[in-house]
Amino acid sequence: MHEEEQFGQLTTKEFRTVSQIRGPLIFVERVSGVAYDEMVEVVDPAGNTRVGRVLEVDNNVAVIQLFLSTEGLDISRTRVRFTGDVTRLNVSHSMLGRILNGLGKPIDGGPAILPEKLEDINGRPLNPAVRIEPSEFIQTGISAIDGLNSLARGQKLPIFSGSGLPGNELAAQIAAQARVISSKGDQDEPFAVVFAAIGITHRESSYFIEQFRSSGALERTVVFLNHADDPTIERIITPRAALTAAEYLAYEQGLHVLVIMTDITNYCEALRELSVAREELPARRGYPGYMYSDLASLYERAGRIEGHPGSVTQLILLSMPDDDITHPIPDLTGYITEGQIVLNRLMKQKGTYPPIDVLPSLSRLMNAAIGEGHTREDHRSVADQIYAFYAEGRDLEKLVTIIGEGSLSEQDRRVLEFSKRFEKEYVGQGHSNRTIQETLDLSWDMLSEIPAQYLKRIPEEYIRRYYKK
Amino acid sequence: MQLAFKLGSKVKVMDDLEKQAGKVKRIAGPVVGAVGFNEIRLHDMVLVGEAKLVGEVIRLNADQATIQVYEDTSGLRMDEPIYNTGEPLVAHLGPGLMGQIFDGLQRPLTTLAKKEGGFLGRGISESSLAMGKAWDFTPVVKEGDLVTPGTILGTIPETQSIEHRVMVPQGISGRIVEIKTGSFTLKDHVAIVETKNKKHEKVFMEQSWPVRMARPFHKRLDLTEPLVTGKRVIDLLFPIPKGGSAIIPGGFGTGKTVIQQSLARWSEVDVVVYVGCGERGNEMAEVLNELPKLEDRSSGIPLINRTVLIANTSNMPVAAREASIYMGITIGEYYRDMGYDVLMLADSTSRWGEALREVSSRLEEIPGEEGYPAYLASRLAEFYERAGHVSCLDTVHPADEKSEPKEKQKEEREGSISLVGAVSPPGGDFSDPITQSSMRIAGVFWALDYELSRRRHFPAINWTKSFSLVDLSRWFLEEVSDDYEVMVKETENILGREHELQQVVQLIGQDALSDMEREVLLISRILREDLLQQSAIHDVDAFCPLDKSYWMMKVILHFHEAAQEAMKKGVSLQDLDNAQVLQKIARMKELKLDNAVQRLQYLMSDIDTEVSRLGEKMEKSNA
Ligand SMILES: Nc1ncnc2c1ncn2[C@@H]1O[C@H](COP(=O)(O)OP(=O)(O)O)[C@@H](O)[C@H]1O
Ligand SMILES: [Mg+2]
Repeated sequence: MHEEEQFGQLTTKEFRTVSQIRGPLIFVERVSGVAYDEMVEVVDPAGNTRVGRVLEVDNNVAVIQLFLSTEGLDISRTRVRFTGDVTRLNVSHSMLGRILNGLGKPIDGGPAILPEKLEDINGRPLNPAVRIEPSEFIQTGISAIDGLNSLARGQKLPIFSGSGLPGNELAAQIAAQARVISSKGDQDEPFAVVFAAIGITHRESSYFIEQFRSSGALERTVVFLNHADDPTIERIITPRAALTAAEYLAYEQGLHVLVIMTDITNYCEALRELSVAREELPARRGYPGYMYSDLASLYERAGRIEGHPGSVTQLILLSMPDDDITHPIPDLTGYITEGQIVLNRLMKQKGTYPPIDVLPSLSRLMNAAIGEGHTREDHRSVADQIYAFYAEGRDLEKLVTIIGEGSLSEQDRRVLEFSKRFEKEYVGQGHSNRTIQETLDLSWDMLSEIPAQYLKRIPEEYIRRYYKK
Repeated sequence: MQLAFKLGSKVKVMDDLEKQAGKVKRIAGPVVGAVGFNEIRLHDMVLVGEAKLVGEVIRLNADQATIQVYEDTSGLRMDEPIYNTGEPLVAHLGPGLMGQIFDGLQRPLTTLAKKEGGFLGRGISESSLAMGKAWDFTPVVKEGDLVTPGTILGTIPETQSIEHRVMVPQGISGRIVEIKTGSFTLKDHVAIVETKNKKHEKVFMEQSWPVRMARPFHKRLDLTEPLVTGKRVIDLLFPIPKGGSAIIPGGFGTGKTVIQQSLARWSEVDVVVYVGCGERGNEMAEVLNELPKLEDRSSGIPLINRTVLIANTSNMPVAAREASIYMGITIGEYYRDMGYDVLMLADSTSRWGEALREVSSRLEEIPGEEGYPAYLASRLAEFYERAGHVSCLDTVHPADEKSEPKEKQKEEREGSISLVGAVSPPGGDFSDPITQSSMRIAGVFWALDYELSRRRHFPAINWTKSFSLVDLSRWFLEEVSDDYEVMVKETENILGREHELQQVVQLIGQDALSDMEREVLLISRILREDLLQQSAIHDVDAFCPLDKSYWMMKVILHFHEAAQEAMKKGVSLQDLDNAQVLQKIARMKELKLDNAVQRLQYLMSDIDTEVSRLGEKMEKSNA
């Protein structure tokens, strides 16, 4: 019934007892000694091999999830090999500059990756006691981020985009402009980019690759490509493979790695497809109940570790279905990531670039990365004050459409003016690349239009120092 | 073949393994089915597979036991053995808990990091408490004394702030025949008790307790005293009593974690247990790094000395999230039993509920609302019921003294454990089953508001949706001021009026309001911005003592009163709006704590002076 052969120390067992094929799932009967999460190789009648893993074993039946489609498989001739090990990725410093498919196999015509290590693509949970809190300010050149929602090295920050919104453009711009600003001045620290395309179009991925090329980062980039026309189920692996490479480059090679994953919405859809095939009970909107934990197993693989020089910073892109921020994909993401940058369709329509809606946007690690010794002493309070006025301004804008500007007080009018200028000049900076000093300077420029007594969020000391009048 | 494993402190050795081993027959993520046990009970702790993953029996059928495994089951094989320890999952209790960070199974994370490096391995390889460390034990009983469970035998200076009180464990009572003084490790006994049937029981400085069972106490006491949090909106409007429970529901980014962290830092309690359940690793790192540097306001001792951290972050195994909550509360109860006021924080209870749901669905149980198991509400209730203000075992409360026979001198010892649980409702929608079930049990509800957090009004506690059902007015009356309640009512009243008036403004504009009504809008804005808003990261304002909170409220209401009087006499709202004192009111938060109350009292008379000057100015210009 089955044959065993020795592969190194691993015992491989082969079975021809497939009883059912359903979507991406294969049921194999009368198996023995099978391990949960074990990697399997499925050999189709034509002799080609596809990989998958064990999802469940019950008595002598193993349920296998293939990472490729199950097309062309049949019940009687398909052979299933259990490899005796979990799914692993070859990792190596020589991955830099290479283009791989969604499972981590080279597709650029170059040689195979010579493995320095074989790593479990699921990684292992980081002990929270060894995490170092991210506190190095990354200047992205974008005021709405640097000034109000600052990014720190080792952070996981998603961009909540939507179809037709320039999320990818913004991500590529950030990747090109990002610089770490520290009190020690600019340092040339070794960095790398890991780019995971998850179900995006060829046009979108070429755009990124072109951007990496023109900024000179391509030789320091590992590209994982799963395109819209690649198997959906492969998408379960792509971000894991990318993060495994990133962890290796960061913690073993000491590089500061920026991981860009786009589009996580496609990943979640693959997860849902798998769950439906397993006939699991869905939680919200058909997505599985474990989606929170599953996403966390990706996002929590960002950070800094004591005793390791490198870091993993994640820039995550997702499309909000129907622009709905309460949809499970942005919702669960926001519950895990360290903030979110939210794009807004109305602002896009008004021609604002980048169309960042700062009110629902947030960076949870901002406080540790700004202020004296990082950016400038007044940074926090300036941001708070801008938020307070802008939120008020937005309310006033709504009010004015109902009752007209006539009944506004003088201060209301100033706040309204502030908020318009803020959207136009501060947020809508176009493609310019601003230093944090320029951003703070512009902030004071705008704040100084309002009498100092109203700047309640800013300590008097800073008003004396920076108020322009 | 022999099997040795750690159970609490003890290394338990089991011979005759085959008799007690079962076999893995089904693996579905954290749920494992097994057959072949000779003897097995519900909630027995088992060690699964060659890797000895920790699990617990959660269902028994005629032929199969279902086990929830607290560790990653990747690589576990069919037919691997499962060993039954015959004991439930326990917390290991003793000196050395304070200042530590454990995972949900009470593995010591700092020790593991030193041994294994940055990434977590599996299986239990380290004892929760350092068994070899010596502690100074000073007895408080003597030979011949009668003791029962809960009697304090002696004390240990556990940290600078916590005196650890060694208690007689459950199941032992009798007469002390030996009591030691000096330096001992947890392996040494410190006392011997002779029981009724002349058995000699050794008592150690540590003990174990099954986490799913509430620790016993003498009796429940009323909740009469507030737990001072130093957050004005909580202390003034929605106070939580010592021994009470509160929930903080809110969508992502509304400030649940910041409130919990800030309660961990500044609450006026003796002991804090902080459970990070299914949330971010960096947030635990932040707490862990910060507490050794932050000093207690009154004693100056670093806060880490009174804190126990439990971290089962979102990327750690799901089933252990469920255990982490019980681990935390059991450790909390243990310190309560010593006579301390304990605060347990759980961030987030929703992740625990989701862990229940995940395991339940793998068990193919009939789902209730949103896929949660039908027993969700009762589990939550059981958990929140473990909060309380109690008189401890082996003590008398003054009220019972007459009724109980006084066979020996009993001391009076009270302790409390207060629970604060964050809730993370999907889409920020409070109709979710966890929010609804928790809300029915907890007496205090701090509803976080997405709109407030968007405009960076923090803490984003919504003052119309939140409530505190416990009446503490008597305490405030006696301890703070006799007009306390009146002031609070007036504050609530003005905030409520604002809500109504805003609706009018939205429809027809400011012009529709009278000057008196606009004055209410002015005051409510001051209340919101200068009283309720409080930054958790401000040097001074992060903690606001009760008397400062009270005086800040009083100053604003005093201005309100003075302004209304002045307006009746004809002073314009414009002049009042431009009053100099409003600048000072806006900076009240920044007043240093050492003389804040005095400065606020001066501000009261500044208000009188300026407002009456406005009145005079007006009279002059009229004349
Ligand atoms: N009391 C507060 N003071 C100042 N900032 C706050 C406060 N509460 C929340 N914030 C801000 O909001 C962010 C999100 O808060 P957090 O507690 O992490 O939200 P949640 O746990 O509800 O997702 C924080 O990173 C901080 O910037
Ligand atoms: Mg939180």
